[in-house]
Amino acid sequence: MNLSEEIDRLQSRLSGMRHEARRHDVWVTIEISRHKDRPRTRDYIGSLISGFEELRGDRLRSDDPAVVGGLGWFESRAVVVVGHQKGRTLNEQTAVNWGMARPEGYRKAQRLFALAERHRLPVLTFVDTPGAYPGVAAEEGGQARAIAESMLSMGRLTVPVVATIIGEGGSGGALALAVADRVLMLENATYSVISPEGCAAILWRDASFAPQAAEALRPTASNLLELGVIERVVPEPRGGAHHSPAATAARLRTAISESLAELDAVPPAERRRQRRLRFRQLGEWSEGAGAYGLSAVPIIETEP
Amino acid sequence: MTPVEVQIESRNGAQAPSGWCCPECGALTERGEWRARSCVCPACGHHARIGARDRIAQLADPGSFSEEWSHLRTLDPLQFVDLEAYPERTRTAQAATGLTEAIVAGRARIENVACVLAVMDFGFMGGSMGSVVGERFFRAAEAAVADRVPLVAVCSSGGARMQEGVLSLMQMAKTTLAVDMLNETRTPYVAVLVDPCTGGVVASFATLADICVAEPGARLYFSGPRVIKETTREELPDGFSSAERNMALGHLDAVVPRAELRGRLASYLRLLKGGARDDESGQVGDAWWGATDVGRRVVGETRRAALRARRRVGGARRLVEKAARRAQEMVSPPGGEPQ
Repeated sequence: MNLSEEIDRLQSRLSGMRHEARRHDVWVTIEISRHKDRPRTRDYIGSLISGFEELRGDRLRSDDPAVVGGLGWFESRAVVVVGHQKGRTLNEQTAVNWGMARPEGYRKAQRLFALAERHRLPVLTFVDTPGAYPGVAAEEGGQARAIAESMLSMGRLTVPVVATIIGEGGSGGALALAVADRVLMLENATYSVISPEGCAAILWRDASFAPQAAEALRPTASNLLELGVIERVVPEPRGGAHHSPAATAARLRTAISESLAELDAVPPAERRRQRRLRFRQLGEWSEGAGAYGLSAVPIIETEP
Repeated sequence: MTPVEVQIESRNGAQAPSGWCCPECGALTERGEWRARSCVCPACGHHARIGARDRIAQLADPGSFSEEWSHLRTLDPLQFVDLEAYPERTRTAQAATGLTEAIVAGRARIENVACVLAVMDFGFMGGSMGSVVGERFFRAAEAAVADRVPLVAVCSSGGARMQEGVLSLMQMAKTTLAVDMLNETRTPYVAVLVDPCTGGVVASFATLADICVAEPGARLYFSGPRVIKETTREELPDGFSSAERNMALGHLDAVVPRAELRGRLASYLRLLKGGARDDESGQVGDAWWGATDVGRRVVGETRRAALRARRRVGGARRLVEKAARRAQEMVSPPGGEPQ
């Protein structure tokens, strides 16, 4: 009897099962992040912000209910709050368009960022969106530039900015509110360049491969901490935030409070410089003579 | 929209295999002539997609372009495997295009205006933006600031590169901050959006330029027609996402035919450089990062030293060129310049 062969066989089976379990874990996280009972931005405003005064409108043409914003008190200091709002009931969801913001929403955010800068108020953002709204009116109303300008205006702030991914962090529509000094993320939130379904439809040519795509995209909080995209994971109660919204909010309060304290210690201009550096350094590339593939054949036209 | 005349005769009578058959109107053009017209259909004006090399050849003064940052190469931070592993896909794209990544950038001159030119290539994995595209764009912007020359970007992209996951998404923020640096240092920045320019690239550096133009018929959108139909079941209006419609809606400064692009770019650059130089801001790019920065790589130091040396050489060269032009003008005065 050949024992070593048997051991090899069992080991490969074990690694296969581990892999399967990991894929399952990622998919569970995706489902928790989208759970209908998961606390929304307005819930966190309710538990973390006192005396909230909602401010509406982009001052150009409209108000987008998918982005909620206003002034309020966080632990006895005045702050500006901006976040994506998803609904819970069908009526709520329809009203806020499932948390998919239109250009008006991102322009409202920009005007609130400017307000924060003018009056030296820290900015807290809450990210929870499947993505920016993909509609004809949104496209023709300048969705692309609205997102770009929102990132630009966050990059320019000198006041402290703390963003928290509380549910789904879907693509550019999420990043538009997350160019922050500190990006926090709830344990079961996800943050990704594209939805697993969208990725599977393109790369696997079949949306039913979403669990595989989800695993490949590494969208979970622990993945993003490793990649340096977020600063801190805020633990959730067993089973997810919806099992105890109050406990989740309490942990988030501590995390935001500590982040603000760290940022307060840094002078404004330096804070902005560090935020710029933070994003400038994101990404992984090789500076060498080529990690793999073609050796360097640069297009060089030398001076005549 | 580009007027489309369907010429059934020529489509049916298509025999010459050496010709180029326009996908828009079906007209056949002799390949040499088609290339001489910058790959634009002489019958209907359809602008065919062209690669980064051809684009650079059309825009930059002959011999003026030198590629830089080509040593920045793709890694596989997520060990991403779909139907094919990411390194495999990258290698295939490199072999197919002869490029190292989806953007080619370097120093160039356009009608003798020195600039930094960054050109995306849709043929390389759909022009998708990953870490290398973001970093090369950022370095191109830094070089423009350091050299005090404008940045010209030709953008064409399917969006963020899924294989680098959230790191690709972060390139949107990174390139946006690069534009902020250009703005703050008063470095002119012109973007040319060519078909198709979509997703994370239009929602970051492509639409934030001082001047934003597109080629006729280019499709420009954040969410594509398919996603819009699937999500909202909306009917798309005629010419949805076309450059012409985008201009009518106020999102573009101009729609510029390819044949005129080089001249228009040069004109924009001269105008943007023509302002008063009466303040001290925008003189040194490093000021943007602050004097106390210790986070930069050591490479940065040597690179900056190289840039300073290059600038001195460039200055000397410009003096020589100026003298040569003067001499030329003395021999044949300007105005009666023959074509």
